[in-house]
Amino acid sequence: MSEAMGTIDERVKETSRLRRALIRPELGAIVGTIAVFVFFIVFAGDSGMFNAQGVLNWSTVSAQFVIIAVGACMLMIAGEFDLSVGSMIGFAGMSIAIMAVTLGWPVWIAILLTFALCVAIGAVNGWIVVRTGLPSFIVTLAFLFILRGFTIFFPQLIERQTIIGGIDRAAEGDWLAPVFGGKVFGFVFDWLASIGAIDVFERGTRAGEPIVDGIPMLIIWALALVAVAHVVLTRTQFGNWVFAAGGDAQAARYVGVPVNRVKILMFMFTAFCACVFATCQVMEFGSAGADRGLLKEFEAIIAVVIGGALLTGGYGSVIGAALGALIFGVVQQGLFFAGVESSLFRVFLGVILLFAVILNTYIRRIITGER
Amino acid sequence: MSSYDHNPIVEMRDIEKHFGPVIALNGVSFDVRPGECHCLLGDNGAGKSTFIKTMSGVHKPTRGEILFEGKRMDFASPRDAMEAGIATVYQDLAMIPLMSVTRNFWMGREPVRRVGPLKFMDFKTANEVTMEEMRKMGINLRSPDQAVGTLSGGERQTVAIARAVYFGAKVLILDEPTSALGVRQTANVLATIDKVRKTGIGIVFITHNVRHAMAVGDRFTVLNRGKTLGTAQRGQITPGELQDLMAGGQDMVELEGSLGGTV
Repeated sequence: MSEAMGTIDERVKETSRLRRALIRPELGAIVGTIAVFVFFIVFAGDSGMFNAQGVLNWSTVSAQFVIIAVGACMLMIAGEFDLSVGSMIGFAGMSIAIMAVTLGWPVWIAILLTFALCVAIGAVNGWIVVRTGLPSFIVTLAFLFILRGFTIFFPQLIERQTIIGGIDRAAEGDWLAPVFGGKVFGFVFDWLASIGAIDVFERGTRAGEPIVDGIPMLIIWALALVAVAHVVLTRTQFGNWVFAAGGDAQAARYVGVPVNRVKILMFMFTAFCACVFATCQVMEFGSAGADRGLLKEFEAIIAVVIGGALLTGGYGSVIGAALGALIFGVVQQGLFFAGVESSLFRVFLGVILLFAVILNTYIRRIITGER
Repeated sequence: MSSYDHNPIVEMRDIEKHFGPVIALNGVSFDVRPGECHCLLGDNGAGKSTFIKTMSGVHKPTRGEILFEGKRMDFASPRDAMEAGIATVYQDLAMIPLMSVTRNFWMGREPVRRVGPLKFMDFKTANEVTMEEMRKMGINLRSPDQAVGTLSGGERQTVAIARAVYFGAKVLILDEPTSALGVRQTANVLATIDKVRKTGIGIVFITHNVRHAMAVGDRFTVLNRGKTLGTAQRGQITPGELQDLMAGGQDMVELEGSLGGTV
C-alpha cells in the first residue's frame, strides 16, 4: 500500500474553521435573518413592528410561509419540485368549504376527507413522476392547472360564485376545527396584560382584554412541522434515504434505498403541508376562495432556496428553509410597517433569490471539490 | 494460489441476454472463487456491463443459469444479489458526492437506535465504524462528516469497496474502478483489491486496461461481441496476447504497426 493513502495528502490545505462553518446549508439564511432584523429594528423599530401585535403579525405571515416551505424543502432535497402547492391550497380550502357548507357535513369530517384527498393527489403526482421518469416540473405544472381549474369550476357549478363563506358558523363547536383555527396559551397573554407588559383594548366590546389573546395554531403547526421534519431529515434512516434519493437516485437504488417510495412519500408530505396551510386559512377567514394560494408554490421554493437547499436535490436544511420563510414574512410585513411601497417586496424577492442561488452554487463547489 | 482448492462462489453458465432483437450476451460462462481476482476484459460494447448487471441482479438472463455457492439462484433485484453476498461497485455511481462519508457508507443499511417508540439513526456507531473501516483500507479521514465530494476518485472507490467488505460481501464486482483514475490513484485501488482478495473475498475486476488486469489478476476472461473467448490463468498468457484477444485479433497488429508500439 502506498504511503500517500495512509497519510494526509500534503496538497490538501487544512480547512479553516470559517470555511468549515460556511459549508452549512443554513448559513446564508442565518446571516440573512440577522440582517433583516437589524435592518427593520433600525428603520421600523418605532413603528409598532416589534410590539406584541406587530410580532404576532409578522410571525403569522412567516408561519404560513414556513408550513409550505417545510414540505417544499423535504421534496426538493429528495430531488423533486411541486408546482401544484398553490393550487392545492385553493383546492383544499374549497373542498372543506363545499363539504362543510354546501353539503352541510360536520367540519371535522370535511377536514379529514380533504386531507385524505389532498395527500392522495400528492401520491398521484409522485407516482406519475417516478413511473414516467418525467421531470416533476412538468407533471406538477399540469396539476397546477388541473387543481386550479377544479377549484374555480366546482363552486361556480354548485353555488354560482367563487367564494364560499359561512365556514366559521359551521365550525362552531367542532372538535377538530380549533386545531387549525384556534389560539393557545391565552392565559399567558392575560397575565402579560395584567402586569402591563402588553396593551389591552381600551374601548369597544372587548375592552380590558389583551390585544393579543393567544398564539394562533398556525404558528404551532409551523413550529411542529419544522421540528419533526428536521429530526426526521437529519437523525433518522428515512432522512438519509431522502438525501440519497435526491443526491443520486440511481446510486441510491443500487444500494437498496427504496427511492420511488421515498419520493412519493415526499410528494404526499408536500400535499399534507399545503392542506395544513389551507385549513388554517379557511378557519381563520371563515371562507374559501378560488384564488387562494396563488403563486405560493414559488414562494415556498424561494424560501427553500434562500434556506440553502440546492435546486438539483440532495442537499438542504429544514431549519434553513424555515429561516428563509421567516425572512420572507418579516420583509413583507416590515416593508408595510416601514411605509415602503409594497410592490418593492417583489423586487427584494427577486434580488435575494438570485443572491441565494449564487451563494448556494459556490457552497456546493466547496463541498464537492468541483472547480 | 490456494483459491483453486475451493469451489466457485458464483458460477454463471451459458448466460444469454437479449434486449429485443439485440443479443447482448450470447453464451457467457464465468466463475469466481474465494480469494481470487478474476479479471473480465473486453473492449467497449463487448457486453461487460450487461454481464455484470446480470450477475448483480439488475438484469435477468434470457437463458443460462446462475449458481451461488453451488445452488441455483434467481435474483429478482439487486437487493437480492446483495443479500446473498454479491456487492457491486459501479464506476461513477458508487457514491453520492454531496453526502458525508458516513451517510454514504451506511446508505441503505443505516444502523438504528431505538428511543421508546422512535427509531433514530445511530450516528455514533456509524461514525466510529466508518472511521475504523477506512483506516483499515489505509485512508485517514479528517472527519466522518466530510462530504464524499472532497475525496479523490481513488478514495471514493475505496470507500465503496470498504463498504461492500464491511457488509459481508463474498463476491465483489468492480466495474472499471481504475478507468477514470491517474497513475497513483490506480495503484492505490489495485493495492486495495489485493488487500481485499487476501481476506478470502472473490473479486470480479472489469477493465479494458490489460496492464491493470495483469497487475492483480489471477485469471483472465476475455469477452468479445457477447461471447467469452476463453479464460487463462496467470502466467499462461502475455499482455500482448490478451490485448489481441480483446481487440479481436489481426487488425490490431496492423494498427499497432502503424502506431509504433503496443497500445
